[in-house]
Amino acid sequence: MRLPGEITPSGRVLRIGLVYVALVALSTLFSVPVVWMVSSSLHKLPEVFAQPYQWIPEIPQWSNYLRAVTILPVPRFLLNTIIITVPVMAATMLSSALVAYGFARFQFPGRDLLFSLCLGTMMLPGQVTMIPLYILFARLGWVDTYLPLIVPSLFGSPFYIFLLRQFFMTIPRDSEEAALIDGASRLRIWWSIIMPQARPALATVLIFTFIGTWNDFFGPLLYLNSPEKATLTLGLNLMKTQVLGSGVVEWNVLMAASLLVLLPNVILFFFAQRHFISGISMGAGK
Amino acid sequence: MKTEHRLGFLFISPWLIGFVLFTAGPMIYSLYLSYTASSLLSPPQWVGLENYQRMFADPIFYRSLGNTAYYAFLGVPLGIVLSLGLALLLNTPARGLGIFRTLFFLPSVTNTVALSILWLWLLNPEFGLLNSALHAIGIEGPLWLQDEAWSKPALVLMSLWTVGGQMIIFLAALQGVPRELIEAASLDGAGPIRRFFAVTLPMISPALLFNLIMGLVGALQVFTQAFVMTGGVQPGSEGGPNQSTLFIVLYIYKKAFQEYDMGYASALSWALFVIITACTWVAWRFARSRVHYEGGGS
Repeated sequence: MRLPGEITPSGRVLRIGLVYVALVALSTLFSVPVVWMVSSSLHKLPEVFAQPYQWIPEIPQWSNYLRAVTILPVPRFLLNTIIITVPVMAATMLSSALVAYGFARFQFPGRDLLFSLCLGTMMLPGQVTMIPLYILFARLGWVDTYLPLIVPSLFGSPFYIFLLRQFFMTIPRDSEEAALIDGASRLRIWWSIIMPQARPALATVLIFTFIGTWNDFFGPLLYLNSPEKATLTLGLNLMKTQVLGSGVVEWNVLMAASLLVLLPNVILFFFAQRHFISGISMGAGK
Repeated sequence: MKTEHRLGFLFISPWLIGFVLFTAGPMIYSLYLSYTASSLLSPPQWVGLENYQRMFADPIFYRSLGNTAYYAFLGVPLGIVLSLGLALLLNTPARGLGIFRTLFFLPSVTNTVALSILWLWLLNPEFGLLNSALHAIGIEGPLWLQDEAWSKPALVLMSLWTVGGQMIIFLAALQGVPRELIEAASLDGAGPIRRFFAVTLPMISPALLFNLIMGLVGALQVFTQAFVMTGGVQPGSEGGPNQSTLFIVLYIYKKAFQEYDMGYASALSWALFVIITACTWVAWRFARSRVHYEGGGS
């Protein structure tokens, strides 16, 4: 006899079949914009506007990509982005790991309160601090330099502090205590015992910091005025403004440029999907 | 001070200094600025409540609030329903679902400016893919971003394309629901819909609350899409037809960094801060008694 809520074997197969159909339909909807983007980027300009639209170009126009990187000084934008991203990644990781170690392993008055405060600042909308910070950096003469985009990363980032503290708490204390007895300093223990064991968590921090900095728009928009100092993301917006302002909009070139900016994200994502997922789940699990 | 205490403070000192320099100090200064008339060049002049009075009488402020509320209250619930739906599909015990997870998740880890340019092209009234597809099934698509009535739905549509992060959070929560509970409900005669509402939904309610609050906080601060997609060639033209995509953060940006009206912009940003805090608090209060946490803690 079958219980009322139970599913028969054939019902089960049918259900899984329906799930596959739904997934294929939905994932097609999610992917079509990207396929169209690639297709547009390889067309000649008149073909982009052709009705009905030909999805596969007769001759792929790879020269659109060449035009996308020469219409504005994209190699320069790339260099600028790297000049910002690399120090921000290193500084965020090191400073956040130092602070996380402090919260994970030391007893001091007010620690739990300070840690809650640190978590609380994660929820703080950036708009309440952006105007005074802009005035501060303007007074320091830092506007139109990379300093406002790099220097704050020396002071740790609440989400990564949280993430690393949780990870450090899971590392057994045995080898640390042995090293303390041998007379090692806490800084040395942090660097040579804790940090090597925390590699997976540090990798998550580096990946998220890379994505955040590489794709940041608001920071460069506020602080970088000279076009030749622009990052890729800011430069892409400059290109959009320039191309939209011309007579016939070169959507093929805009799509090629956008794809080039997306590419490092996509490559990183495919190699490190696990880190993306664990980082996001950690954020929600607190 | 004990060495242990001193060392602890030393290790957290980067954050502590950063907190004072880049968070607490600026917050206090921004509150002060909101009571002043202040441009970048001249020193701030105390004007008392004038900025706040001006704000409550400013029709564009109300317009931007209305736009933001429209975007958040339409986009966040739809985003939650979609991401939960995708997560439920992916939580089926079947093979080869990893590829679908990747496809759904991918748009949400990319560059907002690049995606905005893509959507600008997708939503192009004449040649865009969306209206071409609508045309193929006999519907004349709207002007989307160039139409006051359709510009916000267009941005909501785009936001639905980037729900991958929320989906991952739901999926992780769904995978944490014990199978025995579902099976027990089955044995008690509960059908799939009943099981979902009586067992699964309460079990994943912490993830639901998290996505709701983070979704609201994010939507209330929407900026980049509106700036890139509805900005014309002239600086200052951002905000779309009849200011229909002038969201509150975009308005703050224009006041502060295009007009250098720092005092008024600070008052606006404090209004936004109060609104975000209030929304979070209401969502939290509403949910607190209804959210189920493992182990019965609060």
